[in-house]
Amino acid sequence: MSIFGLFRRRASAPVARERLQILLAYERTARGQLDLVAILREEILAVIARHVSVDHDNVQIKMDRGDTVSTLEIDIEIPNSAGLLVSAGA
Amino acid sequence: MVVTSGKGGVGKTTSTAALGAALAQAGQTVVVIDFDVGLRNLDLVMGAERRVVFDLINVIQGVAKLPQALIRDKRNDKLWLLPASQTRDKDALTEQGVASVIGDLRAKFEWIICDSPAGIERGATLAMRFADAAVIVTNPEVSSVRDSDRIIGLLDSKTEKAENGQRIEKHILITRYDAARAARSEMLAIDDVLEILSTPLLGIIPESEEVLRASNLGSPITVSNPSSAAARAYAAAARRLAGEVVPMTIPSDRKGFFDKLFGRRAA
Repeated sequence: MSIFGLFRRRASAPVARERLQILLAYERTARGQLDLVAILREEILAVIARHVSVDHDNVQIKMDRGDTVSTLEIDIEIPNSAGLLVSAGA
Repeated sequence: MVVTSGKGGVGKTTSTAALGAALAQAGQTVVVIDFDVGLRNLDLVMGAERRVVFDLINVIQGVAKLPQALIRDKRNDKLWLLPASQTRDKDALTEQGVASVIGDLRAKFEWIICDSPAGIERGATLAMRFADAAVIVTNPEVSSVRDSDRIIGLLDSKTEKAENGQRIEKHILITRYDAARAARSEMLAIDDVLEILSTPLLGIIPESEEVLRASNLGSPITVSNPSSAAARAYAAAARRLAGEVVPMTIPSDRKGFFDKLFGRRAA
């Protein structure tokens, strides 16, 4: 190995720094999203529960973050037997 | 105050003992609490392992009164230890119980230092729950920095102060730092770590053989060898915690000619 190769091999700290900066930037946004989805899930469930009884497991909330727009996907399964507490349009 | 890190093995217990002892040596009344239920070690590092009768869980469950569980340090009468239980179930640690114990201790001590277990489970979240300040112990190494970032996120969202819209005072304590390797870019530099975590620095503890020697002896390093580089760094960090402005230096153990010549020395 040349003397230059030796120096290149040694300077691993800048690599560590860059990897951490990229990773943590990603993890911090992911963490924020996770909290937001959890809050939305609770509040949406509370609103629905006022009118229909639904199982917590039958509510799927997903957020896809794009560059310019993000989409929030809400999928709620309501069993036909679960009687509506108020009639539609009331 | 909570001493935390996320990652294990970075020096939380060593730092809790050293900072607690340094504050007590400066005349403050200090209690250190071990939150690592099932894997307690603060008692061992403090040299009090044979004096444990009752523990934190006993107090929470009402089996023992708080004064019965507190162990006074043999070397410094201002320093006290509240050990964790070794055998009991982790679920015995309740939020209400911890709140009541910490409330009682606040009336008696100037400093309450909670030694957090590693991880982000119940023990770790309860150790930080009622803290006004946090010391995040970080090694200049990728996995430790990543875990510290995660812990900072929890400190800012899951503590009582954060939930009440207040800010918890956070400090980074870098341990196992090797200035020579950092200078050769083989180790993350202090500024890199601080910039990545965007949290102020409390102190830099150099990698030191004296740390192992202190735990072998069961004595906080600031007591067992106050003149060692690591002990001086911990003492300076403790003074900063107490509000003093102390210039940030990285102490080093300068080895004399004979130390270098003979290398090892029986501890």
